[in-house]
Amino acid sequence: MGQVIEDKMIDEKLEWSRINADVIASMQNPRRAYWVTLMVCIAMFACAIAAEIYQYKLGLGGAGLNNPHMWDMYIATFVFWIGMSHAGTLLSAILHIIHAQWRKPIYRFAEAMTTFSLMTAGFFPMIHLGRVWNLYWVLPYVSDRGIWPNFRSPLVWDAFAISTYLSSSALFLFIGLIPDMAILRDHTTGWRKKLYGVLCLGWRGDDRQWRNFRRTYMLLACFLIPLAISVHSIVSSDFAMSIMPGWHITTFPPYFVAGALYSGCAAIMTLFVLLRYFFRMEEYMTLNIMEKTTKLTFAIAMVWTYLNLIEFSATWYGHNMYDKELLIDKAVGPYAGIFWAMIFCGMVAPFAMCFQKLRRHMPSMFVLSIVLQLGMFLERWMIVAPTLSMSHQVHQWDVLYGTVIEWAIVFGSFGWFGILFLVFVKMFPSVSMYEVKELCFHLKHEIEEEEHEKKLAAEKAGGKQTSGGGASPAGSPGLEGA
Amino acid sequence: MSKHRLLAMFKDFDDAFDVVDKIKAKEVSGLVVEDINMMSPIEHPDVDEKLGKRPVNVAYFTLLGAIFGVTFGFFFLTSAQASFLVQPQGGKAVVPLPTNFVLMYEMLIFFAVWTTVVTFLVLSKLFRPRGTLYSEKLTVDEIGIVVEIEDDKLEAVKNFFKDNKALEIREEKA
Repeated sequence: MGQVIEDKMIDEKLEWSRINADVIASMQNPRRAYWVTLMVCIAMFACAIAAEIYQYKLGLGGAGLNNPHMWDMYIATFVFWIGMSHAGTLLSAILHIIHAQWRKPIYRFAEAMTTFSLMTAGFFPMIHLGRVWNLYWVLPYVSDRGIWPNFRSPLVWDAFAISTYLSSSALFLFIGLIPDMAILRDHTTGWRKKLYGVLCLGWRGDDRQWRNFRRTYMLLACFLIPLAISVHSIVSSDFAMSIMPGWHITTFPPYFVAGALYSGCAAIMTLFVLLRYFFRMEEYMTLNIMEKTTKLTFAIAMVWTYLNLIEFSATWYGHNMYDKELLIDKAVGPYAGIFWAMIFCGMVAPFAMCFQKLRRHMPSMFVLSIVLQLGMFLERWMIVAPTLSMSHQVHQWDVLYGTVIEWAIVFGSFGWFGILFLVFVKMFPSVSMYEVKELCFHLKHEIEEEEHEKKLAAEKAGGKQTSGGGASPAGSPGLEGA
Repeated sequence: MSKHRLLAMFKDFDDAFDVVDKIKAKEVSGLVVEDINMMSPIEHPDVDEKLGKRPVNVAYFTLLGAIFGVTFGFFFLTSAQASFLVQPQGGKAVVPLPTNFVLMYEMLIFFAVWTTVVTFLVLSKLFRPRGTLYSEKLTVDEIGIVVEIEDDKLEAVKNFFKDNKALEIREEKA
């Protein structure tokens, strides 16, 4: 019986009252591992705070940033976090529009991941500014200095695109939460009841609200998809608009978008395994759904691999000697180890997902998802660092592997993301209760309809047999005659 | 004549839809399907078919928001860039349209999304007190039918609901 349920997307016979009870109980009593992970995240974030204070006092030179490495780990990490944010859009918006039912139990945390990844990414331009207190200079406001941001710069486009994406994805997450917060308002006590009572905005679940809700959710999903694509295209423009070797590439926008979806899917796999364990969600985050997620990740990994190979071959057979030298330098130069690690983690490791046994083995998928994300992080680093190390100016050639300060801040950003995410899943349901109910409802009716059709077909066949001269077997002259 | 509102709770959608069908068939005098509101823990795909097509106007406001966003974006950027007239441009356009299109696109989405959300909050009649015609079972698995009727038909409608498998009936003065 257990195997049968694991093979299903979800057990359609789940009582709706049990879905409420399970999800609410999971929020109140997570496993001890949840608290341990939260403590680890806080410790990681503390490292970043210490490093940032040091950098704040000493300046960006303390982080090893100099000429030519005026961009380095911070921008690579910024791109990594922006990329992670695309998972929510993919899993929630795209799969919502194409009516992929299996997304329903897991889209909530993917949406939350989007919002928190963007919040984490937003830190890096600030950290990278050096003079953090002058951040407001990038805002387009009328000042007596007569200074305006340069609207021709992709960095300003970044600011517009990311702030739009952050506010839109936060609204998308919030709107999707409203019916669930009404459930929590009705079935919790104390401060939680008060909090959800305010946040559900007086949701009653009448037909007018549901109709407007569905239309709104669909419209937001439709806007989020082009927005997500524009965001990462614009981030790629930060590089592609320059004339630096290795950056001035036409395929950069689709390459960045594919990379973003890839790392986002890998992150969903990681969080899927963790949440399933922390909150005892085995019945909702099933192996069947994990398998579908891994298949999707594999497909995107292959798109990313293809775009990588296209880029390599275009550079190899092209006539730009600077680009070609850079590619050779990546493969055999000082960054070769990192480059080949990226190739292994991003291009070779995904083939493990071809094996069904591995796809259904949670610890293996957890390790693999970490490997894939490592590959995607190295990819972003390999976009930034080698180009700066080996640009057009030979006298500027230099190699930088990142300083302790940089690594501490990058490390701490994972802690910051972890804190936000873990607090969210403790405060709000990581499984969408009303969508799981809808899923169960539809599956149940589909099965009933199938059984009904089978019964009708059997009755019809029986009738034909009777009219064709008794109980003659299928294919017999009697049936053919009928 | 004064009116009352009734909430009848049903075990599932099938029972609730049976009642709607009977009201449509005019089995209860003075009650028409347009007066019915249905409350449920999920949105049933057949609700529109049963209750009749009811307008959802969110998309019109989304369009207005998008148009406002793109127009505002153009004028905001252009007016900002006009201040560059006092600065040396090195032969470049004062108002560079290709780059402005990127930002106008972002502003289109920004305003469209916010307008959609605000319209949803208004049209869904959120932020209203729930009153007595609400049950916590509506967020579990039961389906509610709310009707507004004149006082002289109150008993008849209540009996109709009771005869049609209503689990519970609540009422309040309209």
